[in-house]
Amino acid sequence: MTELPLLSLLIWVPIIGALLMLLMGDKNPRLSRAIALILSIGTLLLCIPLYMGFDGGTADMQFVEFASWIPALNINYSLGVDGFSMPLIILTCFSMVIVIVAGWEVIQKRPGQYMAAFLIMEGLMIGVFAALDSILFYIFWEGMLIPMFLIIGIWGGPNRVYATLKFFIYTFFGSVFMLIALIYMGIVGDSFAIADMHKLAMPLETQTLIFFAFLIAFAVKVPMFPVHTWLPDAHVEAPTGGSVILAAIMLKMGTYGFIRFSLPITPDAASEYALFMIVLSLIAVVYIGLIALVQEDMKKLIAYSSIAHMGFVTLGFFIAFGLVSKGHTTAAELGMQGALIQMISHGFISAALFLCVGVLYERLHSRNISDYGGVANTMPKFAAFFMLFSMANSGLPGTSGFVGEFMVIMAAFQESFWYAFLASGTLILGAAYSLWMYKRVIFGDVANDKVAQLEDINARETIIFIALALTVLGFGLYPAPLVNIMDASVTNLLECGIQSKLPGAVVSGVCS
Amino acid sequence: MFETPDLAPLATEIFLLIMIIVVLVSDLFVTDEKRRLTYWLSQLTLIGAIYITMGQYGAESQVLYAGTYIVDDMAIVLKIAIFVIGMLALLYSRPYINDRKILKGEYYMLMLFAILGSSILVSAHSFLTIYLGLELLSLSSYALVACQRDSKLGSEAAIKYFVMGAMASGFLLYGMSLVYGTTGSIEVDVIAKAIASNPESELLFAMGLVFIVCGLAFKMGAVPFHMWIPDVYQGAPTSVTAFISSVPKIATFGMVMRLLTEALPGLSSHWEMMLIILCVFSMGLGNITAIVQGNIKRLLAYSAIAHMGYFLLGLIAGTPEGYSASMFYILIYALTTIGGFGMIIFMSRAGYECDNLDDFKGLWQRSPWFALMMLMTIMSMAGVPPFVGFWPKLQVIMAVIDADKGLLWLAILAVVFSIIGAFVYLRIAKVIFFDKPEDDTPLEADMDMKVALSINGLAMIGLGLFPTLILSYCVKVFA
Repeated sequence: MTELPLLSLLIWVPIIGALLMLLMGDKNPRLSRAIALILSIGTLLLCIPLYMGFDGGTADMQFVEFASWIPALNINYSLGVDGFSMPLIILTCFSMVIVIVAGWEVIQKRPGQYMAAFLIMEGLMIGVFAALDSILFYIFWEGMLIPMFLIIGIWGGPNRVYATLKFFIYTFFGSVFMLIALIYMGIVGDSFAIADMHKLAMPLETQTLIFFAFLIAFAVKVPMFPVHTWLPDAHVEAPTGGSVILAAIMLKMGTYGFIRFSLPITPDAASEYALFMIVLSLIAVVYIGLIALVQEDMKKLIAYSSIAHMGFVTLGFFIAFGLVSKGHTTAAELGMQGALIQMISHGFISAALFLCVGVLYERLHSRNISDYGGVANTMPKFAAFFMLFSMANSGLPGTSGFVGEFMVIMAAFQESFWYAFLASGTLILGAAYSLWMYKRVIFGDVANDKVAQLEDINARETIIFIALALTVLGFGLYPAPLVNIMDASVTNLLECGIQSKLPGAVVSGVCS
Repeated sequence: MFETPDLAPLATEIFLLIMIIVVLVSDLFVTDEKRRLTYWLSQLTLIGAIYITMGQYGAESQVLYAGTYIVDDMAIVLKIAIFVIGMLALLYSRPYINDRKILKGEYYMLMLFAILGSSILVSAHSFLTIYLGLELLSLSSYALVACQRDSKLGSEAAIKYFVMGAMASGFLLYGMSLVYGTTGSIEVDVIAKAIASNPESELLFAMGLVFIVCGLAFKMGAVPFHMWIPDVYQGAPTSVTAFISSVPKIATFGMVMRLLTEALPGLSSHWEMMLIILCVFSMGLGNITAIVQGNIKRLLAYSAIAHMGYFLLGLIAGTPEGYSASMFYILIYALTTIGGFGMIIFMSRAGYECDNLDDFKGLWQRSPWFALMMLMTIMSMAGVPPFVGFWPKLQVIMAVIDADKGLLWLAILAVVFSIIGAFVYLRIAKVIFFDKPEDDTPLEADMDMKVALSINGLAMIGLGLFPTLILSYCVKVFA
């Protein structure tokens, strides 16, 4: 089992398959679709040995692969997963199957190339989560922009060119500063391995600069207030599959960056600016929640709600510093785990909601809430699924949306009553915008003739929604497997990762 | 009294010269419309030259012929690169000049002369040889630019190129004469020693250095000596632009290394300051001005200016890592840019120059494969990983930070300008992929053209995944 380079397979099988699809051309769309489906399911199946072989009891990197790549620059091809990245990889593979199935009949314009672009992106995204060398990480991180740029630009809505350029430039702008920080640390520490960067002792001024270089990169990706404006544009213009991947996976890369880079590499700076980060997170949670409330466009509403939900994740990360310094380690752990569960759960819920909007959009070619009304009368099955996902989005107990947010709020209480107060206020806001949208779209009298002629979801769509509904409910009722996978990594991050890295700081025995 | 010198180290240049004469003479007897014989003879010449040069690789570096000529690994690697890129330039040229009735034997011959000039330039070890090589390269290039006689733009470009080039040569010569006047020698290593042993007359040397750097900046096309680049790139026949945007850049790198790091290393504190100014303005002006260009040849010209700025970063670092980074940069840049111009040639037809950005509209719908190749080429220019253009950018920035000269600000400036640059290239991608084509006919071309363009495009990703294939040679040169 250990002989098989599982992570490399996960990265390269979809990419090479997609390249073959590109070479094949677009003459036979049925064949392209079938190949894409087989590839995505095959990649998902590869996750089974990944899950089974994963040892949740250790924070060490597992499934490690190492090959010398560019000796002249000291850059290596090194892969591995821990409790943070493994669930995200599975989430990526799962979402990709959903995207392929969701785009089955919808995409009529060169479906082969559409799916190939997604498969290439899948490989690159898995690479982001699996990379242990910082330059390799950067390559996957940036490489991913190109397929997404094309997906939004080619298959997107009317204003797609503006949206996709904005998306690319924003993310590119963010990440080049990260590159400078990575190069700097690579030179100072004489190694580009992320693990070595974790051990690097740096004075506070240096840490602060590096922290902010990372912050620009990750804050754009998450996205955090005030660099979030690309997201609503990109979401609105992207095809449904693009929105799903953006919301489900790409946003998680930002928060993944925080736990992989910012927190363990620059803990002192992060602790110094924790309040700043908490304020930004709370602004995202409250202010963006209010913005979501007034949206007329369903996709925009969900996009803003994504930003608000991601605010919980960053909140969960950065309250850890205060909690640990007060000695509330258990609460810090709770907050951190809540944040991680929120990442996974939001991946499912936002994907599901974007698919719901996609289903409506395919039929009526409108995303405006005001164009709908009384959809429940014509699409009862759809209404039921949409209900579940809207509830999950507003954090209803029993759904996965509840678990993460609840844990973060619990932890926030120990830190400060007001953090918790503001954060839990959003639960009400979240319920308000999700359910109000749901009410306006689904309930009431049939709004117009077009709605009257709607057809309910077909078998293909039902399968997608059932799969998503099962995961949302599954993690809501029984999150233990997820918690167990992450547990060791979270403990390690809190015990070792965020301990002071100032020069001369004493490193305790477990962490050295 | 007379000793016969060992001519073996000079074999490449001798072979080239003989073959050029063969090409010239045989062309007189060729009546075939397509001049196949001349073309294939030219390609064979370059293959032969590559073969001979490869045989010299790895030996001890030696200075020959009374200190005028040097054979070292840098010269050999650069020569091979020049010949390979030269072969691509010839290949891309053939359909272009054939369609436009500028197919003359002289075209091939001039290109070979320019290649010979480049080859001499990178092996030069005295001011005289440097100047000889440079002039052979430049004069052939001027003639090439002018080869489309009835084109107004072409003639204008040729005159501009000639006047500016002559001025640059003048600057260079004046600088050289000042250095000669103070050191009493034109030999590279003697000058280096003379400067090292006379620190008190540093200012006098610096005077000559200023003119030399000006001349070099003219030849490189670094701001503020860049004015000729856009006009020449736009006005010259595209096949010639492809050539002058790639091969002479490699040769110029050789010249810069011989002059600055080998002859005048003692003045590095002076020339580093000058290069920083050139670098900052080139990156800034090149990237920003490229945004508003509607003509793609002009756009690539401004992008060339910006790339020269990045290229200079490695020299500014002033370390062996920096030099190898710059060398890697220039080699990759030459390969990338010739691919870009090759694509323009591929899209053009007789009487229809595809040189406006709008002409690329909907290329993706017309020929998806070549749209992908073009995408890889421009993304490589933008320095987006995993394409090969990312590595030299990474490496020069690493070198600048590593040099520890307090130049972190320069590295940050470089990446900020690369964001602006990214927008420029995304605009091209936007036109290719997102706009509707004006006519839907798929593009047709000869098989060799298609294969070459595909290889050139795939090299962007292939070398991006395995940059060591070229990088290791660049590193070895300065190890």
